[in-house]
Amino acid sequence: MKPITYTRLQMPSATYFSRLAVALGVVAVGLGSAWYMEHNGHWVTGMDNQTVWGMPHVFAVFLIVAASGALNIASIGTVFGRTTYKPLGRMSGLLAIALLIGGLSVLMLDLGRPDRLIVAMTHYNFSSIFAWNIFLYTGFMAVSGLYLWTMMDRPMNRFNKAAGLLAFVWRLGLTTGTGLIFGFLIAREAFDAAVLAPLFIAMSFAFGLAIFVLVLAVLYDGAGRPMAGYLVRRMGRLLAIFVAAVQYFVLVQHLTSLYAAEHAGVERFILIEGGAITALFWIGQVIVGGLIPLIMLLGNKDNLTLPRVGTAAVLVIVGGLAQVYVIIIGGQAYPLELFPGMTETSTFFDGVMHTYSPSIAEIGLGLGGCAIAATITMIAMRMLDFLPADLSDKTVNPHHKS
Amino acid sequence: MTECPTSSSRRQFLNAASVLGAGMVIAPGVTLHGISEAKAGLPRVSSKVRWGLLVDANKCTAECTACVSACKIEHGLEGHGRVKTDAQWIRKVELRDRGSGRTQSLPVMCQHCDEPPCVDVCPTGASFKRADGIVLVDKHTCIGCRYCMMACPYKARSFVHEVTTGQKSHSPRGKGTVESCTFCVHRVDVGRQPACVEACHKDGKGAMTFGDLKDPNSDISKKLVAHGGVRIRGDLGLDPGVRYQGV
Amino acid sequence: MIRRLSLRLSLMALLALLGALMVSGNPASAESRVPFPRIPKALGATVHDGVAIRSEHMKRLFHQRDETMRQGIRPKDERLQGCLSCHAVKGEDGHAVNYEDPKHFCRVCHDYAAVKIDCFECHASTPDVEISAGGTQ
Repeated sequence: MKPITYTRLQMPSATYFSRLAVALGVVAVGLGSAWYMEHNGHWVTGMDNQTVWGMPHVFAVFLIVAASGALNIASIGTVFGRTTYKPLGRMSGLLAIALLIGGLSVLMLDLGRPDRLIVAMTHYNFSSIFAWNIFLYTGFMAVSGLYLWTMMDRPMNRFNKAAGLLAFVWRLGLTTGTGLIFGFLIAREAFDAAVLAPLFIAMSFAFGLAIFVLVLAVLYDGAGRPMAGYLVRRMGRLLAIFVAAVQYFVLVQHLTSLYAAEHAGVERFILIEGGAITALFWIGQVIVGGLIPLIMLLGNKDNLTLPRVGTAAVLVIVGGLAQVYVIIIGGQAYPLELFPGMTETSTFFDGVMHTYSPSIAEIGLGLGGCAIAATITMIAMRMLDFLPADLSDKTVNPHHKS
Repeated sequence: MTECPTSSSRRQFLNAASVLGAGMVIAPGVTLHGISEAKAGLPRVSSKVRWGLLVDANKCTAECTACVSACKIEHGLEGHGRVKTDAQWIRKVELRDRGSGRTQSLPVMCQHCDEPPCVDVCPTGASFKRADGIVLVDKHTCIGCRYCMMACPYKARSFVHEVTTGQKSHSPRGKGTVESCTFCVHRVDVGRQPACVEACHKDGKGAMTFGDLKDPNSDISKKLVAHGGVRIRGDLGLDPGVRYQGV
Repeated sequence: MIRRLSLRLSLMALLALLGALMVSGNPASAESRVPFPRIPKALGATVHDGVAIRSEHMKRLFHQRDETMRQGIRPKDERLQGCLSCHAVKGEDGHAVNYEDPKHFCRVCHDYAAVKIDCFECHASTPDVEISAGGTQ
């Protein structure tokens, strides 16, 4: 395989700036939404004392989980030595940082007191996984930055393997910490499970790779720089494995929960009687995000064309958003059982399913976070050499005979 | 060699300036230390006391909401007519046994657990347990992340969803922070009873008893020994300070 | 020689600029700028050193609030209500103005210094018990 050359984002200035303007426009919408929510107070959103975390958190968790998964591509190249993915290492590191910043922005802007960020940075309660996550997230950006440095600066190349291993381990810790945000909640029947940690790790692999596939499709195939079929097929199969892993952990989680009589209520809610939550679970998470991509990606290898893999990636992302919604919103919709065996009613919505409908501002904030990630990616790719100049067989296919 | 005439005065100036500078830096700390020394003798809470509340649900009726009204007035919890987002520090819960159909009414508020999950999950340590067992939110440090609200098994906490004005001086509360029942800590610290307990005895059914769980001679301890008292979701092992009879 | 002259000229210009900046910061000379605040007189007897308190008050407030919050220490003479009753500014109706009014004691200096106050997002900004000038109720 010939040595890899990297370039900047090459597109006419007019196209680049018009796309950047769109992204910045959505960022402005996000910032405006955040200001609206903070200035008036959260009563203008769909979140209330029953559903305390809403659409912004769905987007934020999705972006953060995807960020850690996006770094996976670089890890496969560095840590696991797969030469096919080595050219993609720089983009992987960049996307990881961009997606994480996007997700964190949404999280921070939704706080009741976002002006107290300095307080959050200087007061730590280390029995809180949130406090640990602050270190895990900022540390991830530093570690990814270091990793990129070892990839992009020739004198630093010799530290690449060490940096790659550190990044790989770090992001397993980060994703575990994200899953345990929910796993540590003993109060909520839909959470309080150790399996949420490996589930989130599997989700990160799937979402990160799906986003990566789409970015590649836009930047290469969409710009007339064809990608080797070998690469597309391998990514397609890998995506299938990750999606299968996600479905496995979901299955294990629900089977064990169904086995416990005390969880019968919450399982009935999510799987059968939850209305929108149930629809999002079966149709969104399981079918659109799981079964259909698996069918598309596990057939004959020759059928794994970029349109097929790309479509599967889109479905995985849609299903992933549905999954995070079911986890976060569905987990809060089921009421807390204060007195098992009794029906409860009160003025504070005890004993009833909590309804939630997201407000425009919340969706705007979430999309703003996605746009922040896109903006960072676009600007960085335009300024520095992140993109491999060529992703054809001679660069990515170790079996290619030139 | 002649000595430069200004060198000694320059040296004096530098000496004086550094002494002055050091003094200016240290002085505020010395003053504050002096202030805190002066307060050394003031009472502070200790773990020799553990505040608890006993609710005799047999005496509660569904129509009586004296505790709820008293709490609202005491803390200035003005409703905005938005039930989903208005703060509720204490609420009456109506129970119905699924098997027998027996109904029960009782107030539920922050249970002031000995192992509070809300304290464990708070990233900044704003949610904390005082030495005397009262669980509070330090709103100076609260960033409004609402993780404690996710963690509480009793749905005790409320988030302030709007701009707040006209607060009671003894009950500061503001937009973007989380709050819950404080056991009327401003009253307890001066030897009074929480507003809900006072109202229960004045206008209600006399169902609530507040006192020191560690004092075997307190009313609450004697009642607990005589008639017992269950903890809501006792299985979680949080050891709440609020106990119920008749459930 | 030309070089030395231009160096001297630029040094003089720089000093003149700095001098102008320093002089323009002098409140006595500023007429079109925001006037230096006239701090309202306290209603009660002097409790603390006026100059020291101006620089120390935030440290004292932060220190005291943590002691009250975390340890339940409530010294009678260190209550926020104590500060508010002596430093109440009467409005037109004869009652103390709250934080919304720019005449509020804390706002007088804090507006001038453009330092936003966070306290009154949560705390009441008027005294429960109003005292009249001279320290009587």
